[in-house]
Amino acid sequence: MRVMAQIAMVMNLDKCIGCHTCSVTCKQTWTNRTGVEYAWFNNVETKPGVGYPRRYEDQEQWKGGWALDRRGRLVLRSGGRVRRLLSLFSNPDLPSLEDYYEPVTYDYDNLISAPAGPDMPVARPRSVLTGRPTGITWGANWEDGLGGAPQNAGADPNLSGEWAEKVRFEFEQTFLFHLPRLCEHCLNPACVSACPSGAMYKRVEDGIVLADQDECRGWRMCVTACPYKKVYVNHATGKAEKCTFCFPRIEAGQPTVCSETCVGRLRYLGLLLYDADRVGEAAATPDEKDLLDAQRGVFLDPFDPEVVAAARESGVPEDWLDAARRSPVHALVSKYKVALPLHPEYRTLPMVWYVPPLSPVLDAVDAAGGDQDDPDHVFAAVTRLRIPLEYLAELFTAGDADVVGGVLMKLTALRSYMRERTLGEEGDESALEAVGLTAREAEDLHRLLAVAKYADRYVVPAAHKEDAALFATENRCPVETSGAPGSGDGRRVLLGIPALRRRTTDTPAGGRP
Amino acid sequence: MNVSATDLLLWVAVPYVCLAVFAVGHVWRYRQDQFGWTSRTSQLLEHRWLRWGSPLFHLGAFMVIAGHVVGLAVPASWTEAVGVDEHAYHATAVWAGSVAGLAMVAGLGMLCARRLLTRRIRLGTDRSDKVLFPLLSATVLLGITATAAHNVLGAGYDYRSTVSVWFRGLFTLSPEPGAIAGAPLLFRLHALTACLLFAAWPFTRLVHVWSAPVGYLVRPYVVYRRRTVAGAPRRRGAGAAPGGRRTV
Repeated sequence: MRVMAQIAMVMNLDKCIGCHTCSVTCKQTWTNRTGVEYAWFNNVETKPGVGYPRRYEDQEQWKGGWALDRRGRLVLRSGGRVRRLLSLFSNPDLPSLEDYYEPVTYDYDNLISAPAGPDMPVARPRSVLTGRPTGITWGANWEDGLGGAPQNAGADPNLSGEWAEKVRFEFEQTFLFHLPRLCEHCLNPACVSACPSGAMYKRVEDGIVLADQDECRGWRMCVTACPYKKVYVNHATGKAEKCTFCFPRIEAGQPTVCSETCVGRLRYLGLLLYDADRVGEAAATPDEKDLLDAQRGVFLDPFDPEVVAAARESGVPEDWLDAARRSPVHALVSKYKVALPLHPEYRTLPMVWYVPPLSPVLDAVDAAGGDQDDPDHVFAAVTRLRIPLEYLAELFTAGDADVVGGVLMKLTALRSYMRERTLGEEGDESALEAVGLTAREAEDLHRLLAVAKYADRYVVPAAHKEDAALFATENRCPVETSGAPGSGDGRRVLLGIPALRRRTTDTPAGGRP
Repeated sequence: MNVSATDLLLWVAVPYVCLAVFAVGHVWRYRQDQFGWTSRTSQLLEHRWLRWGSPLFHLGAFMVIAGHVVGLAVPASWTEAVGVDEHAYHATAVWAGSVAGLAMVAGLGMLCARRLLTRRIRLGTDRSDKVLFPLLSATVLLGITATAAHNVLGAGYDYRSTVSVWFRGLFTLSPEPGAIAGAPLLFRLHALTACLLFAAWPFTRLVHVWSAPVGYLVRPYVVYRRRTVAGAPRRRGAGAAPGGRRTV
């Protein structure tokens, strides 16, 4: 047993209102720079919907993640080592900018410099890449709130056949929820495994997956290998950039920016202990539907004395073990088993998990004329309605509707029990028993899901200074442009900001001012 | 043989200066500019031309480089010693060289075309590219024209007894400018532009050649790293402190 600690996230999707605050604050922190205008380390997608970049979940097309070969061995879907080196010159499976969108800026100058005239001057959009006027035709969540669903939502790779038809033609009666996505910081990261130069790595201490800007040579294999398409090419520097899990904040014991600013308070951060020796074996589980249990099997119980002893031996500090025991992520993922991974069938063992939303089922109960406050109606819907249950199963359990159904039943029972308790009634524990919860556990889970305060949602132990004596966030601004004076001392986290002035319409894309 | 001052300048001074710039330039760039050491991919912005142009150019270039190594570095006496006579060598060189050269020219043509015709790429072209692309194109075109004019259409020119002798002389520190001074103009121009290309090399995207990731073939898939510790020596590149690793 080789115990490693990972900082992981859970999102409670029922609470996501799709406000995009996480995306915007993330962008302002990390990607408001030339070359990554189109990159969203965090974005919120409407489901059903095609996602960002378009149809990224279709791995037949994009070849992301891992697959098993004929002999049951784990191989990157985009091909083995030799094949990767042969595709260095032209990567056949790389999304082009059209699969994302052409970044634009606005002709703001026109607002103040337009000559006097009868019409109000307008700021027209211009392409950031060419400086020319352009139309805005796509974005990171173009189909927000099922906008354009008749045209687009049917192309969601998770929908097939008649579901696609239903979403396309009856979208007013269909379901809708929001799915915030960021890098999964996987236990078995395909991007790291595909990087020919070894520039991408997983940190030993906290499992954060990073791309070393000094060692990246722009071979762009990570973009293809990541099935979630959360590694982006900076088109100005030609290097890969990705979500950092806000490591300077995490090292200081603070939550990520997306978590900190989440309006719905739906994000949870905490440690999970796992056995690094069993990662490969779990990722190679033959049946896709067993991957969820296999990944849960890799996680270790921080209350188990044997695990604690092994963790100490592996060098996990004492306060981290304490944080692992208080981890809300451990509770939701391993103890109550209400959180599920996004697309476990990609075999990367992702570490951002989701409590599946009950709201699509409640919508379906309403649409069928039922009472969504009556747990029997909801139970019936969970067992009988194919949509949306199978849709959620496509997202979170490799198509196993029973597992998603089980979680939704648990949430329904919890909802009805706590509703009765809140209304001053005794509370019917039989429904709880049916889903395997005691009254005490139900209250604990309810507190975690519904009323958890900042300190309960984010249990982030600060990094240890004896491990790394100099910290990015210590005593100085961690962010400097590479062109700034004094950056040559190598003590700052250089973000690869080109020394170019930010483009105006006169000096587009890489043009020197 | 009498050697003029011009020949000394062109065939001794210029090559040595270019080689010195090549060597020192690479050391300087590697130490100072790990961040800029990249292939500077533009596939994201344009992939239709690149899909054919880039593999054609690169594979053609590999063959062309191999051909130059054999033609320039290996003396004719060695190939004859292993039983390859001048006729067989010449036939192979012309045939294989033509195929490789045409692939490289076609590929480079497509890469230049996309750089000129695609506005997104053209505007993202930096100063080093504006030197590199014309210089590389000139070298390649002069090379293939020399081969075509003298060895495919012409009577045949045995550069191994002239250009190659000069080339080897540079590295054995016994330069023989006289050996190349009499070569046809196209060969001499090709050699000169090649010298300039080597001088420009460390300051352009060509440095990515030295980062060819062959180590990937034997590396474990998942790379783990510890958080960098203060004062620990960096694995490579300049700067000693941990923040120097740019991580996004």
